[in-house]
Order: sequence, then structure tokens, then C-alpha cells
Amino acid sequence: MNRRIRDIPPSGIRKFFDLITGREDIISLGVGEPDFPVPWHIREAIIYSLEQGYTSYTSNWGLPELREEISEYYRRFGVESSPENVLITTGVSEGLDLSIRSLLNPGDRIIIPEPCYVSYKPLALMTYGEAEIISTSPENGFKISGEDILKSGVDAKAIIIGYPSNPTGTSYTKKELEEIADAVIEKDLVVISDEIYAELTYEWNHVSIAGLNGMEERTVVLNGFSKAFAMTGLRIGYAIAPERILNAMVKIHQYTMLCAPISAQKGAIEALKNGLKDVEEMREKYNRRRRYFVKRLNDFLPCRLPEGAFYVFPSIRETGLTSDEFSERLLFEKNVAVVPGSAFGESGEGFIRCSYATPIEKLKMAGDLMEEFVNSL
Amino acid sequence: MELEKILEILENNARMDAGELAEITGKNAEEVKKIISELEKDGVILKYKTLINWEKTGKEFVYAIIDVKVNLNRETGYDKIAQRIARFPEVHSIRLVSGDYDFQVVVKGKNMKEVAFFVAEKISTLPQVTDTNTHFVLRTYKEEGILLHEEEQDRRLAVSP
Repeated sequence: MNRRIRDIPPSGIRKFFDLITGREDIISLGVGEPDFPVPWHIREAIIYSLEQGYTSYTSNWGLPELREEISEYYRRFGVESSPENVLITTGVSEGLDLSIRSLLNPGDRIIIPEPCYVSYKPLALMTYGEAEIISTSPENGFKISGEDILKSGVDAKAIIIGYPSNPTGTSYTKKELEEIADAVIEKDLVVISDEIYAELTYEWNHVSIAGLNGMEERTVVLNGFSKAFAMTGLRIGYAIAPERILNAMVKIHQYTMLCAPISAQKGAIEALKNGLKDVEEMREKYNRRRRYFVKRLNDFLPCRLPEGAFYVFPSIRETGLTSDEFSERLLFEKNVAVVPGSAFGESGEGFIRCSYATPIEKLKMAGDLMEEFVNSL
Repeated sequence: MELEKILEILENNARMDAGELAEITGKNAEEVKKIISELEKDGVILKYKTLINWEKTGKEFVYAIIDVKVNLNRETGYDKIAQRIARFPEVHSIRLVSGDYDFQVVVKGKNMKEVAFFVAEKISTLPQVTDTNTHFVLRTYKEEGILLHEEEQDRRLAVSP
């Protein structure tokens, strides 16, 4: 057995998932995916592609039309790229793996601000890299600053930033990103910029760090169709990166994945051509829920208003419970599922992640039950 | 813009109260109440209704779509004829449409006979009406933007990263 893999702990979410399996009576705020189905015109385009017999491999890079669409689409986030800089991946998860493996040699350090998505650190470790964790807290909006990066170790090669963030919902303004970019350039780092929640930004229009001065040369943008178009199970994403990095990534991709599923690629083309109005509608609905649920939570748990994604990350410190205890008891006593913050890194302890990718009626019920629970402590 | 947002929400959920609308739109409840009462006064909001799938209750209504062709003259234009037809309580909706016929009238009744007689006695007999064509509705698949027979199920795992 590979010792590295053996020693990596299983995801904290997995354990919770096992507790819930088979129970139908719960209200789940633990779901990390949209509650909307894939817009019908996209599904219909996929069905049509199957009828037409589009069932073969595509180029390792993905369908040329899709790469063109993505290159064009990403201009809205400030990134000027050519279709040659786009690689179609099997979701952002694959993109993360490809970029980390392409950038790190054994023993290389990668900076990871926490709380963050569950896979960043394990993927770095699987590559025999080392993770340098920067903890963030609600006092600074769960954000890292340029200063934090400058203070980090000397031998770091890269940094992973996910914004808007899963689990905190935090995102960065252009000004904040510029400050981070300056520090990144000074430390000569490559940024892996996980922008899967880009379209779900509520307070301003999402800006990609890759579009800031000189950053396109040292940024791997990762994004996909899972959150914006609710296409999670179709597993389709992409990377936009400079040639030298992308050539390494495609090498791994061609030997491990070969190509992303063609049906999903066909759906993705339709999504970018005709689906942006659906994105806007969904964003509007998430935004309503965000406003509602943050206000409701603040009746009994302190919670900052997150700028993006579909998560809120309230503090449960005042209850005296650990986030594990809180989540487990909430599940057993009130049938409401949330995810303990500790699943997203040590600095997530003292918080819980609640997803508002759930109809507002259910959020209401969950809010009432959670309040009863907190008051009973 | 704010107005449109409130209307869009109410169009889909008439039961949303001012407090909830305020939370969602980021206004205060008093403001929202004032906006809504003005919208009601101005006739922008006409009525709060419930969309019912009667078929599920066992009680069924018969709907028919009736194409109506009319002959106009100096004294009687489309509006006048439409208003005359619209006043019958049996008429569910009436629209002026392009194509072979002039009006599309939807009539609601308890059974086919009732609807057929209504058309024969009240609509066909109007002096301006030259032709009618009645289509009884056999099954409704979508009403007011709502699918009636197949619901999208939530197939997501209860917890995911």
C-alpha cells in the first residue's frame, strides 16, 4: 500500500454522509450542489447529441467549439485568453489534480488558506507536496491578504485560492485581488484560482485574478459548469492557463482521463451559447435565500453575510459545542443536516456550513428547528 | 426594478407576505406594504389566485378552446364584440389572435353538454359571429408555467462536499 495515501484521513464529510444515509425525514443543508435541475434546453441539447451519435472520444483538449466559447465567455471576468489556453476537464476536481501535479515536485510547498474546499490539501499531499496552511477567520472576512502571503515560508511554489469560497462564501474584490497579486508576484508563486462559484457572486461582478496585471502568466484558472448551470453530475469543467503549465496538465489528462465526456461537452456548448439567462435567474433566487437565511440565522447564531457561493458559515462557538458535536446533535435531535466546519480545515472548527441550495420553505423550517436546538442548549 | 422583483416573486407565490418580501428584497416591511397596496390600487396586481389541479381531486371541469370568426362593421369593432363575449361567466379567457380566426375563447363548464350548449346558444348566435370551431381539452400538461404530471425529483445526496 502507498503510505502517503494510507495516511491521508478520509473526508470529514464522508463520515457525516454515513450517519444520514437511509434517512428520509431530514432537512438537509448539507448539500454542496444546486437544487435546480439542469435547464431543459441544455438537457435537450445533450439528448439530441446522443441521437446524432456523438458518443466518441474528443481531442484530449476538448471540442474546439467549446474551447472557443469558454475563451470568449471568460472575458466577462477580465481574462483575455485564446482557445489554445483552454483545456476541458472532467470537472474542477480534475483540474485541481492536474494543476497541483503539474506544479509541485516532491517536498514542494503549496499555500492553502483555510477553511477551504475539502480536496485542496489531500491532493497536494497525494502529489508528495507539503501544504502550508494560512488560517483565516470571520474577523477578516475569512480572507487572506497580501501580507499573509508575504509572511509565508520561502520555499512555497504555488497557492490555491477558491473564491467565492466553499465553505465560507467569501469572495474578493478587484482591489483585494490586486494586493494578493502583488504579493504573489513578489514571492514568485503560481496561483491556482478555483472560480467554480464565480457566477454566484452577489455583491459585485466576479473578477478573476488571472486578468490582473501580469497574472495571466502565473495563474491557472479553474472553473466549470457544475454550479452556474447546475450540471454537477455531468462532470464538466475547464482550466485556462499559460502554455507551459497547460502542456504539463494535458499530459496527465491524456494518460489518466483521455477526454471529458462528449455528451457533457455538448451540453456545455449549449449552456454558454443560450444559458446565461438561466444563470441569472438562479443567481437571483440564491441571492434571495442568502439574504433571508443570513438574517434568520443571526437571530440565534452570529453569521457574516457571504459575498458568494451558496453557503453560509455561522459561528457556533457560543454554544460551547465542537462543530462535530453541534452537527451530530442537530441531526439526531432536530433532523437537520449541516456540515461541521472542521471538515474544511482546523480553522473551520467553531463553525458549521449550511447550504442554501434549498427552497426557501425548507430554509424556514430549518431555521426554526435550529433556533429551537440552540435555545435548548 | 424593485417593483419588477416584487411582482415576479408574487406572481409565483402570492402568499409571500410583506415581511418576507422585505427580507428577500432588502427593503423594510412598511415600504413593501406600501408598494403592494399601490400596485393593487393601480390595477397592476389584479387578483391573488390559487392554481389547482382539479383532476387530482376527482372533480373535473371541461375546458374547450373555441375559435371564433367575426364580421365587423362600422358600429361594431373587435373590442365591442370581445367585451360582449367576455362578460359571460362561462368564458375563462378571450384573446384576439392572428390567423384563420379572430378570437380564441376558452370556456369552462361542468360537462361537455353544458359547454356545447353555451357555444351554440350564446356565442354562435351573436350577429357578428360567422363561424366557430370548438376544441375540447382532453388533457392539460402545463398550466401557467407549471408542469402538471411530472415533477422534477430531488435526486441529490443528502450531504456532499
